[in-house]
Amino acid sequence: MDFGLSEEQTLLQDSVNRFLADQVSLDKVRLFTKNGDTDKQIWTSLCTLGLGGILIPEELGGTGLSPMDATIVAECLGYRVTPSSFLSTAVMAPVALIASSKREDLLSASAEGNHQFGLAFSEAIGSRDGSGLNWDGNVLDGTTVFVQDLNADTFLVATKEKHLLLVDAKATGVEKVEVPNIDQTRVMGALSFKRSPAELISENIDVYHQVLDAGRVMLAADTLGAAQNMLNQAVAYAGQREQFDRVIASFQAVKHMCAEMVANLEPCRAMVWYAGHALNEVKDEARVTACHTKAHLSEVGQFVAKTATEVHGGMGFTDLVGLHYWFKRIGYNRQMLGSPELLREEAASLQDM
Amino acid sequence: MDLSYSAEHEAFRQQVIAFLKKHKTLAPVGAGLRSAKTRDWQALLIEHGYTARTIPREYGGFGAKPDLLKGRIIAEEFARAQVPGGLSGQGIAMLVPTLLELGTEEQKQQFIRPTLSGEMIWCQGYSEPGAGSDLASLKTSAVLEGENWLVNGQKIWTSTAQIADWIFCLVRTEPDAPKHKGISFLLFRMDTPGIEVRPLVDMTGLANFNETFFTDVVVPKNQIVGFRGEGWRVANTILGNERDSLGNPNATLSRLNALIRLMKSETVGGISLISMPAYRDRLMKIQGRVMALRFNDMRILSAKLNRKDASLARLIVKLQGTELRHDLEALAIDAMGEAGLCFGESDYLRDGGSWQYQYMYFLGLIIGGGTSQIQKNIISERGLGMPREPRVNANTAT
Ligand SMILES: Cc1cc2nc3c(=O)[nH]c(=O)nc-3n(C[C@H](O)[C@H](O)[C@H](O)COP(=O)(O)OP(=O)(O)OC[C@H]3O[C@@H](n4cnc5c(N)ncnc54)[C@H](O)[C@@H]3O)c2cc1C
Repeated sequence: MDFGLSEEQTLLQDSVNRFLADQVSLDKVRLFTKNGDTDKQIWTSLCTLGLGGILIPEELGGTGLSPMDATIVAECLGYRVTPSSFLSTAVMAPVALIASSKREDLLSASAEGNHQFGLAFSEAIGSRDGSGLNWDGNVLDGTTVFVQDLNADTFLVATKEKHLLLVDAKATGVEKVEVPNIDQTRVMGALSFKRSPAELISENIDVYHQVLDAGRVMLAADTLGAAQNMLNQAVAYAGQREQFDRVIASFQAVKHMCAEMVANLEPCRAMVWYAGHALNEVKDEARVTACHTKAHLSEVGQFVAKTATEVHGGMGFTDLVGLHYWFKRIGYNRQMLGSPELLREEAASLQDM
Repeated sequence: MDLSYSAEHEAFRQQVIAFLKKHKTLAPVGAGLRSAKTRDWQALLIEHGYTARTIPREYGGFGAKPDLLKGRIIAEEFARAQVPGGLSGQGIAMLVPTLLELGTEEQKQQFIRPTLSGEMIWCQGYSEPGAGSDLASLKTSAVLEGENWLVNGQKIWTSTAQIADWIFCLVRTEPDAPKHKGISFLLFRMDTPGIEVRPLVDMTGLANFNETFFTDVVVPKNQIVGFRGEGWRVANTILGNERDSLGNPNATLSRLNALIRLMKSETVGGISLISMPAYRDRLMKIQGRVMALRFNDMRILSAKLNRKDASLARLIVKLQGTELRHDLEALAIDAMGEAGLCFGESDYLRDGGSWQYQYMYFLGLIIGGGTSQIQKNIISERGLGMPREPRVNANTAT
């Protein structure tokens, strides 16, 4: 028994971290939030590392790694608040297409970095007033909101019945509207369809859940990385900032804030690893673990985001140090693909409680 | 405890309700601070005694005898009707009470009326890059030269400096005195030559606070509140008022009502948010906390009227009030789920994005006006009589 990362996984983690430290500076993130057009460039460079095809079999041009490996990458991406469509393009869509043996062409293109997916799951998770989809087996009508990665080439759409469909962004009757959201590293929007051709990927509810579980674990991992970075920044700042003729890190109050953050966050690391591992390896626990991991990371992430900001005093509230990019990323992860209350309810029902 | 509503109070409530019914449409929703609509509304509220109620008439207030229950009735009815109450900038919330207590007659005459009417907008110049929690270490200097102070230095986090007409500012006037004894409290115009205001963008994306630089700013000698070297005491009078206003439970009550409305009207999967047990329970928890703080507020007011010290009840207001608001706004976002992520114009944005904005803004207020950690130090030391942390010599600390 060995609970932890393998040597290869540590290597993967190190190389992705080094790459991102070099390629995705905060300045680049800021640029993306202003212009929005650097994500293709960031994505292309991530694909040179093989991250776009991380789950895609080698014979289709991918690297054929495991969901656990993808979890490690998601954490690294969160650590750098990296704008990318990793969740959609490298994880959720491939899980769906591989499980249902569909559209190898799109998988190959994605592995090469020439194709990106977006996600429209809100209808399946919790439909809002003013939205609703109707699929007649051929064409799709209606509106779905809170779509992630709106600039995608193809959308993976989940219906209320938990069927998965693919819709080409350029298909007839497809209209996109950007919905500005709090996390500027993500592009969210609404999609509406008017007799738009859609391809059925799966009617199998197990496939839907497999895709969703993977997505939830990735979001949890992203939060883990983002929270870890905020904690690191807080500790570093506290070691430099002086008030009352001493570094603020020497105040017990400040130390306790940092200790509480790490005490909450450290177990999350093991939890995320296990959840990532369970996706393929402990299938009967995968769903409950995914629900709890995302819900728990959302709570811990929220606490760390607030506390790390507080450690910075007024500086934490400004755009100067840019802490808010992490704060908002954690906030976004919290609500996407199921907010904590919904997830805990789901976890309870899954266990016949 | 005597909380009986007399016939007079019942009649008063009816008056407030009738006023709101008649004038509701005049309320300045989303109007600028400088707009005629805002000023007219403020004038109307003062005229009826619904704001600046107990401030003497001679200074531009309504001049009523303090009456706890009437204050409560006004707050409740305005919150219920979702109508904004009177203005509450730093000038009104902090400077006016301080001038009433410590200002000269001339200062009261000059400043209170235009401040209450909304004509004179103030900013607070306390914090400096090196003096935040340790405010008393501030370095901005003022030197008396003839009939004027000459001010030099830098402030930071100065909220609304970009629109303010005047600033109340802490400066060091006695460089040789111990740090708390060398500070004075000056008032001066923001258009005085030598003042430069540079905006700072905050996490909400707005630039509501600033860096403020002073180079040989000339301030008439008499624009000092209290004596030279007494500025720390004057500022502490204000800080008490600031802390009360930052945790104001009546503003929180309005937000609670708005939250209840939101949770009744929004649905997920066809079910209204308010009927989902998990959110419902969180809402009730928040309501309980709001209630506790509102009664606490009445207790404080009552103590004030009876010239008693509300002590602990007052010391906890800023800490509890700002944390509560932050949690209240967070519930709205959680309950909305993905819709709670919207920020910026779209069809899916609710209440103009105020939930997301206030959620972040109240994190700012948990920090501003004395951080939560500093509040806890004050509560334990002043409130519970616990010893201060031993002073550590910076050089020997390891
Ligand atoms: C939204 C907002 C509006 C503001 N508006 C104004 C304004 O209009 N005018 C103005 O003058 N200022 C204003 N401020 C400044 C505010 O008062 C300061 O930010 C605050 O006092 C903290 O100071 P600091 O930012 O320097 O943080 P620091 O003092 O550097 O604090 C950093 C961290 O160290 C902790 N810490 C410091 N000392 C101790 C200690 N002794 N014990 C335990 N913990 C400690 C703090 O709690 C905090 O977590 C505003 C701030 C904000 C966020």
